[in-house]
Amino acid sequence: MSTPYAKLPAWADYGLIPVINLAVAFIVAGFVVMLVGENPFRAAVILVEGAFGKGTGIAFTLFYATTFIFTGLSVAVAAHCSLFNIGTEGQAYIGGLGIALVCLSFDSVLPWWVIFPIAIVAAAAFGALWGLIPAYLQAKRGSHIVITTIMFNFIAASVMVYLLVGPLKPAGSQAPQTRNFLAGAELPKLNWIIELFGAKIRSAPLNICFLLALVMAFLVWLLIWRTRLGYEMRTYGHSPKAARYAGISETRIIITAMMISGALAGMMALNPVMGDQHNVAIDFVSGAGYVGIAVALMGRLHPVGIVLAAILFGMLYQGGAELAFEMPAISRDMIVIIQGLVILFAGALEHMFRPYIQALFASVSPKSVGMQAVKGTGA
Amino acid sequence: MAQAAIELIGINKSFGAVRANRDINLEVARGTIHGIVGENGAGKSTLMSILYGFYQADSGEIRVGGKPVSINTSNDAIALGIGMVHQHFMLVDNFTVLENVILGAENDVLLKSSIAKARSELDRLEREYGLEVDPDAVIEELPVGLQQRVEILKALYRGAEILILDEPTGVLTPAEADHLFRILKQLKDQGKTIVLITHKLREIMAITDTVSVMRQGTMVATRVTKETTVGELAELMVGRRVLLRVEKGQSEAGAVKLSVKNLTVKDSRGVTMVDNVSFDVRGGEIVGIAGVAGNGQSELLEAISGIRHAVSGEVMLDGKPIDLTGKADPGELRDRGLAHVPEDRHHVGLVLAFEENENSILGYHDDERYLKGPFLDVDAIMADAKDKIEKYDIRPGNPRLKTANFSGGNQQKIVLAREMEQDPGVLIVGQPTRGVDVGAIEFIHKRLIAMRDQGKAVLVVSVELDEIRSLSDRILVMFAGRVVGERGPDATEGELGLLMAGVEHQEAAE
Repeated sequence: MSTPYAKLPAWADYGLIPVINLAVAFIVAGFVVMLVGENPFRAAVILVEGAFGKGTGIAFTLFYATTFIFTGLSVAVAAHCSLFNIGTEGQAYIGGLGIALVCLSFDSVLPWWVIFPIAIVAAAAFGALWGLIPAYLQAKRGSHIVITTIMFNFIAASVMVYLLVGPLKPAGSQAPQTRNFLAGAELPKLNWIIELFGAKIRSAPLNICFLLALVMAFLVWLLIWRTRLGYEMRTYGHSPKAARYAGISETRIIITAMMISGALAGMMALNPVMGDQHNVAIDFVSGAGYVGIAVALMGRLHPVGIVLAAILFGMLYQGGAELAFEMPAISRDMIVIIQGLVILFAGALEHMFRPYIQALFASVSPKSVGMQAVKGTGA
Repeated sequence: MAQAAIELIGINKSFGAVRANRDINLEVARGTIHGIVGENGAGKSTLMSILYGFYQADSGEIRVGGKPVSINTSNDAIALGIGMVHQHFMLVDNFTVLENVILGAENDVLLKSSIAKARSELDRLEREYGLEVDPDAVIEELPVGLQQRVEILKALYRGAEILILDEPTGVLTPAEADHLFRILKQLKDQGKTIVLITHKLREIMAITDTVSVMRQGTMVATRVTKETTVGELAELMVGRRVLLRVEKGQSEAGAVKLSVKNLTVKDSRGVTMVDNVSFDVRGGEIVGIAGVAGNGQSELLEAISGIRHAVSGEVMLDGKPIDLTGKADPGELRDRGLAHVPEDRHHVGLVLAFEENENSILGYHDDERYLKGPFLDVDAIMADAKDKIEKYDIRPGNPRLKTANFSGGNQQKIVLAREMEQDPGVLIVGQPTRGVDVGAIEFIHKRLIAMRDQGKAVLVVSVELDEIRSLSDRILVMFAGRVVGERGPDATEGELGLLMAGVEHQEAAE
């Protein structure tokens, strides 16, 4: 009786409900498109074709998805420890600083496959350190992590502006960015994989960071559900009192979780910096950290869900750009509205339709929601 | 027989595949006290929630005063004159009594006339029923007994003719419970109808006119209280004969395993909760600590188990001191052989969102048996969980099931299995059978006594006097943070009750 609503079978929980939420988001978005006088069905076709129709589109979609996988994982790791890390944005930005220092120092002397591991470590370390300070303040001083990480986003932005218009800017350049990296700091593209399937690609930034992101997703799964540290993080995340009872140090677990979260955020910078632009420019993160919050929520904090949600958001970014290009009435801001609707329905209102679907399942097939159907979730 | 105040006819309610209520028929006569007993999960609370509009029945009919009614919200229930006093009070802690009473019944923007009306109405209710409470007292400063009185006043203020009380005595001293019963009798004499939900059979016998027994979602029997016995009711509840008092042999107390000297503990507000407490627990004995909830027992257990910092004092485990300065690590104490079954299994002893097997290693998750390097040894954990499930008869026997889906009794068994199977030298247990059904109580008591017979030192804290008396070899009574007396297992309930209520002159009465 402690569970008034019996649980849904896993396929409905992880498949059906997100699909329904998405469908509603797109229907409402369709009305918005109608409101500006365009045909919503044609808009949908352009969006999907722009994202998946051609090889180039697919490569762009996966490039954006790579970024969101990193930030989504970052938010999820902290969330499993009941820490709401809003600071992914700033941690990624500072991670970019670490990469810049490594690349600018070594790009003339070392090949990419030596620089890449060093840059990964630097990105992770810089991101982790940017997560460490709010974590320390939370653990030792009780300063709320949401407030401090938001503030650290602003500090990160200011620090980077200072560095990019000053010390890191090449003399005589007008642009607030570092010099372009040499070939030694350029990561190999992955476009050939998509070309294997027969699609043609003109030029797209998809690079090996995508594979790194998938590896990190697997490692996060391993960390959360298969290691002692992950067990302790989840225990603290569900119940700080139980963690205290179990002899888990609150300070240690908060700091560790936030540093891992910050490291993942920092690694996000590898994708645009080394894989695409080959320099560090002002505001290169451009909101990917905040998208990571939506990705993590929509992916139900599970790496598989996060990868899928990241691809969805990659599709919205890429397809949205195409849409803004094809339909002049739909501006960039309209795309942001559509993204907002997806976040609203899939993230914030995630549970809106759940009771109805549960009632439906209970009446159609009582057995499917019975206790016996409740098997392991996630782990 | 008087006219029926409430009739429930053919009530069914399912949650998914779980049939919480099936074909329930119940008739409560006007002006009587009607008891409903049953184990946890028997469906009592669901049935009352249907009557109070929290849930809607899948089928069946409710009649109030002979008329069929539909109750969709608690407002409908209130309009029909049904009031409910919940087990966990629904009061705003930092409001005054008056403000709580009018909450939800306030009718004007500035509250002036509502408050004036409530004040005179409270006055009348106080005089009529002997329900004295200071209307301007702030709730959090009142003892629980008075808070409960405010709940009753709230219901009466809304014109309740039928009063439902859900486990009302769980938080009360025996004296407070007696006072409550006097109030209930008075209400009955004034023509109110009272439905009393409880699992304490003694209360049923003391106060009700009729009693209905529920088991596994069905109504198995209704008896006139005078014509039944505790034994019969217990048997009806469980469906088999039950040992109400577990049998145990003489204790053979050995060396002192746990020694507490001059322990003082303050809570986060700086209020002294444990005041200069000293006692020993020897191997091979069960020491029970009796007392009304909130008299320092919880803080005492937390300090001994290293969860809470102590201000001063000394606790020795096997002759070696436990660090009480705030650096104590519960994990280290576990390694030294101190196992702890906490009072609050929902938030402390278990992580309800975890699978059963994950909870079966909580606190021992850094043990080499369950690890392969930094990784959890999933196979070893699963095998270990299955082993415990079998030994402690935990149902359902699926280690992958989410812990929240186990019943209270089985959750408690998960904690007990985890702590007892570590073979600790000292076991401290808070509220061993709170929210646990009768069948599981018997099992848990037997296990605790088996621990004792193996020569372990067992410290039990419980607010259930019956439990303390049936388990303990020695009984300590706590009141206002101090140990106010020590008694043998044959102490009478009245004697312990007086100590629990802080009556000092007990010595003279003996």
